[in-house]
Amino acid sequence: MTQPKTIYDKIWESHLVYQGKDGSLIYIDRHLVHEVTSPQAFEGLRLSDRFVRQPKKTLAVADHNVPTEDRSKGIEDEESRIQVEALRQNCEDFGIEFIGMDDLRQGIVHIIGPEQGFTLPGSTIVCGDSHTSTHGAFGALAVGIGTSEVEHVLATQTLIQKKSKNFNVQIVGRCPEYITAKDLALSVIGAVGTAGGTGFVIEYSGNVVESLTMEGRMTLCNLTIEAGARAGLIAPDNKTYEYLQNRPMTPKGELWESALKYWKTLPSDKDVHYDKTITIDTKNLAPLVTWGTSPEDVIEIGGNIPIPEEIEDDSKKNAIKRSLEYMGLEAGAPIKGLKIDKVFIGSCTNGRIEDLRDAARILKDKKVSEHVDAMVVPGSGLVKAQAENEGLDKIFMESGFDWREPGCSMCLAMNADKLLPEERCASTSNRNFEGRQGRGGRTHLLSPKMAVAAAVMGHLADVRELDS
Amino acid sequence: MEKFTNIKGIAAPMLTTDGNQFSMMINVDTDMIIPKQFLKTIKRTGLGKNLFHEMRYDYDDNEIKTFILNKEPFSKAKVLLAGNNFGCGSSREHAAWAMLDFGIRVIMAPTYADIFYNNCFKNGILPICLSEDVVKYLAEFALKGEEFEIFLKEQSIRVSNYEVNFEIDTSSKNFLLEGFDDIGLTMEDSNLIDIYEDESNTNLPWYSL
Ligand code: SF4
Repeated sequence: MTQPKTIYDKIWESHLVYQGKDGSLIYIDRHLVHEVTSPQAFEGLRLSDRFVRQPKKTLAVADHNVPTEDRSKGIEDEESRIQVEALRQNCEDFGIEFIGMDDLRQGIVHIIGPEQGFTLPGSTIVCGDSHTSTHGAFGALAVGIGTSEVEHVLATQTLIQKKSKNFNVQIVGRCPEYITAKDLALSVIGAVGTAGGTGFVIEYSGNVVESLTMEGRMTLCNLTIEAGARAGLIAPDNKTYEYLQNRPMTPKGELWESALKYWKTLPSDKDVHYDKTITIDTKNLAPLVTWGTSPEDVIEIGGNIPIPEEIEDDSKKNAIKRSLEYMGLEAGAPIKGLKIDKVFIGSCTNGRIEDLRDAARILKDKKVSEHVDAMVVPGSGLVKAQAENEGLDKIFMESGFDWREPGCSMCLAMNADKLLPEERCASTSNRNFEGRQGRGGRTHLLSPKMAVAAAVMGHLADVRELDS
Repeated sequence: MEKFTNIKGIAAPMLTTDGNQFSMMINVDTDMIIPKQFLKTIKRTGLGKNLFHEMRYDYDDNEIKTFILNKEPFSKAKVLLAGNNFGCGSSREHAAWAMLDFGIRVIMAPTYADIFYNNCFKNGILPICLSEDVVKYLAEFALKGEEFEIFLKEQSIRVSNYEVNFEIDTSSKNFLLEGFDDIGLTMEDSNLIDIYEDESNTNLPWYSL
């Protein structure tokens, strides 16, 4: 009998070009490229007279730098314009498909991969971007890489990797109303810690994971990197196949049927051994928010901000003190009721159609608080079009939200959308690091539903109370 | 890539302090190391002046005198000491480029985030893993401005009369010592990649495009 294997083991083995003692060569099926982490890689190819080995397995899009308002004038910021133009030129020179800013399909790289059916179960996917973990929602082994590795993949369609260990995160129980995939992900990060997943691939399982939609699964896998693991994985099932079937780049006809047969062999074998396992029971979960400057700084909306003096570990204690000062918070105070200035709904974490539906359903017939500046940035042109089809844009605009063009926007504030110093933001994005959304800006991560509650109330609020 | 030779120089400790007590700063993320406004470059060089930009300069771009890298002798540091989970967050290799451009060639911390750790090697930076206690002990020497010596071949660190060894896997070590071009090395195996592609076109044809 062969040894039982995890889905990660199976994908790993099927992509081994060769196995080395200290590192193996892994074949890469799909490579996503964006403008920020690729120019130096293309420059490297040029300098050493190298080509892109498999241009067709590479797909490029500009997302980080693009404006989310009026695009008729192009990109005003000169450096951003040069960077986006460099990507277009590089794609042209090396024969890679480039989705430009005026293309309906343009959007955040991790949203368009699945949308186009570029992301497939059992495949290996890389991108010069840490949130590549998103694609694991489809049962793909998807890892974020640095620019030197981007160059390596462009030139060789392979990556030198060490095998990670297997970590099973089971999410079980009866999930209460108003608890979204974002809350699940935050609770995982809170439980595992930002470094707890380092060296592991996390496989999510359990009845709650199975019951998530594909959008929810993407949110969960997206945030895996915030727990330190480079990849998150969810076994593919009928939902996965339904989502993918007939997408522009998925296999068709007989090829689809044979792929399907293969994909059904991917889920982890019964009785397989994981190097680490945790179980999260969702029964008593409340909506979560972050208070500090690390995604692990998670508390329930009804909770209180931690008191550093109660922490034993010196480096943690000092880190908390620093966060409290940066965030302008008082130790021990309730998080609920904290006045906010901005609300951001979007990003590769929560910029998909279901997130917008979720938010709009709560928002309908309510108004954004007067002092709050709120915006929705759909994750892609297709998400935007779909939302407009469903009339969601009207709900947002009538309530006082800005309705924007797709891109990364205020998730990392590389374009014009950013926080001013000391501005406080309720954000559906993924990182609350110091300065992430603008220098001195203060970010609280939460779900789209909770973002709406904050927008309407003008302060961090419990969506369960707002919506009853 | 340039070969990694022995390094001798000043070490700058990243600290969080509370009165007289200090600890190593944990979770130093790549947004801190190099903020997004500097990612618009299409070059690898020139980022050193913006390393830790928001801790280093005030809103008017004046140096913040209390920040370690703005103080003598640390403005010439070749070594950086920090706490757990160094380099977490964004995959931006700009973080490694900024360090290199500033002159940092060695980092000492208990643990690193995976992507950053890999990025270091690609740029000839040596990330050394040491226990929390040892990093903190070394930080005391660093604060006094003592010179550190790092011997990669021997896997040892020397400062004043203290010497400590560190672990590193052989391939990563050789990679730095030889200054390998890993793309070139992989391309020498391109016949193996050809074989894989042929097989995969037959066995996993749905991934071909
Ligand atoms: S939305 Fe944010 S996290 Fe996602 S790819 Fe863009 S910048 Fe990165």
